[in-house]
Amino acid sequence: MKFFARRVAQALFVLWAAYTVSFVILYMLPGDPVSVLAGTEAGRDITPEQLDALRHEYGLDRPVTVQYFVRLGQVVRGDFGRSVQSHQPVQTMIADALPATAQIAGLGLLLAVVFGAGLALPATYVSWGWLRQTLLSLPPLGVAIPSFWFGLLLLQVFSFKLGLFPVVGNEGFASVVLPAVTLALPSAATIAQLLAKSMSATLREPYIETARAKGAGRPRIHLRHAVRNAALPALTVAGLVVGNLLAGAVVTETVFSRTGLGRVTALAVTTQDIPVVQGLVVFAALVFVLVNLAVDLVYPLLDPRIARPSATAS
Amino acid sequence: MTDLTSVFPPSAEAGAGDRPATAAAAPGRGRVREVLAFLVRRPGLVAAACWVALVLLAAFAPGLLTSADPLAATPADKLAAPSAAHPLGTDELGRDLYARVVHGAGLSLQATLIAVLVGLVAGSVLGLLSGFLRGWADDVIMRVVDVLLAIPGLLLSLALVTALGFGTVNVAVAVGVASVASCARVMRSEVLRVRHSLYVEAAHAGGARWTRVLVRHVLPNSSGPVLVLAALEFGTSILSVSALSFLGYGARPPTPEWGSLIASGRDYLAVAWWMTTMPGLTIAATVLAANRISRVLDGEWRHRR
Repeated sequence: MKFFARRVAQALFVLWAAYTVSFVILYMLPGDPVSVLAGTEAGRDITPEQLDALRHEYGLDRPVTVQYFVRLGQVVRGDFGRSVQSHQPVQTMIADALPATAQIAGLGLLLAVVFGAGLALPATYVSWGWLRQTLLSLPPLGVAIPSFWFGLLLLQVFSFKLGLFPVVGNEGFASVVLPAVTLALPSAATIAQLLAKSMSATLREPYIETARAKGAGRPRIHLRHAVRNAALPALTVAGLVVGNLLAGAVVTETVFSRTGLGRVTALAVTTQDIPVVQGLVVFAALVFVLVNLAVDLVYPLLDPRIARPSATAS
Repeated sequence: MTDLTSVFPPSAEAGAGDRPATAAAAPGRGRVREVLAFLVRRPGLVAAACWVALVLLAAFAPGLLTSADPLAATPADKLAAPSAAHPLGTDELGRDLYARVVHGAGLSLQATLIAVLVGLVAGSVLGLLSGFLRGWADDVIMRVVDVLLAIPGLLLSLALVTALGFGTVNVAVAVGVASVASCARVMRSEVLRVRHSLYVEAAHAGGARWTRVLVRHVLPNSSGPVLVLAALEFGTSILSVSALSFLGYGARPPTPEWGSLIASGRDYLAVAWWMTTMPGLTIAATVLAANRISRVLDGEWRHRR
């Protein structure tokens, strides 16, 4: 329980720091959101007085430190401010866009785990050298392919040539498949590399030797004895993988012209909508922190050595 | 460190095998044979080195690879498939895609180099100070690094681009800052390993000032893994830079750049596959080559059989 309380405190610290980092980046650097608005088409006939009124509305005329604490107080209460462009509350924009992104990210995560494990386990299992080499050379390839190009390639083949999936849009399950595959590619490659590495390390452990000496067959050793231990290191990067799925949505949703968090992000960056960008950064940190907390909670269940007090010290 | 420097010549100039020989004159013959044997068993590495050399040539002297003007539009030839006249086809304005990819290498590579340098220099300085000073400075720096790692890299870059504004250099800086954290981590752990070595203690005892110990003894001995990471970052930075310019935050349109080339081909996906496929393959091959070379730096030469 003490372990858990410390983790929650750490998580809150990371959130506060993510807010601070994004504040420093977005509010201390030159160019405030209101003058950006004045530079756009819509803002051409705004008078300087109106600009000042807008600055006052967003609190931008106050000293930076005051802005920092006022905004921090609002964020703690779940209020991320309003978009400079659309005047909508940022948290509503995120909540509205989240389901569409959660669909492709969820399926993407599933595919990443299935492909990653589906590649790493056979690669460490087969005894033919050439097949193993071929399988192990796939993950580096997956890491090297730009995901936006991979998405376009999928569109070209499966939507334009074969007509199996819709070209754009958010309608139905069919529209989720290609974006999810695009999102899954880099994560699947990462998981496969990690799992293959920890599998081959685990297979050299003495207890595997013992199992072999007791007459366990190859399938049993791999599936019963090795996988469970080898999967643990892969679990620790879950936060990273989910974070990358969120960030990857920016590119993927642009490629597939889907609505969702990624499009909100891309639009906010294009229009330099600072409150929205900050809200998204803090939201991404929140997701990262929550996933890591969940991993921390699950870990002792999978690995009893962690649950023992003597082991937690190390 | 010595291993790293001895690896550089064969990987950077796979063809010119005479340089390591002159470097080690007496055992030269055996050395050359060893390098050749190492390369012969790794055709992929040779291909990677050749590809990187080609990309560098394209970046510094694009005129040697193509005589076509990347901005010259001939509307009569628009959206032409790859042929003898246009090896990679033409785009919607009839510009030669091969010339645009070759000329785009300069800008893409420049942005990538800036990104790697920003990440490497800032990350190394932070890691060095953190590991060397310890105490509260270490705590502060490492907490900041933890937070930077908690925000997905691409999103952090996007936030920076929002603040800095658009353009190739700003995109490069933004990508570089996103990689500071991992660089600082690696550097710190190396410094922690090195700082208790006997030679560091000897330098202290010999009366050297801490700045001298840091620069002359700790830095050279802890930079190896960071350089390996930099080679790896080179690949990921190409991806990030081109992703950001694909989203439209990089180079302004007519200027060719790999990511924006793919973005402009997006509207002609159904009729001109080459407009996205060719620049895409170029990026993938470059990242693959960079990653392959970073694996050599990461001790493949030392662990050779």
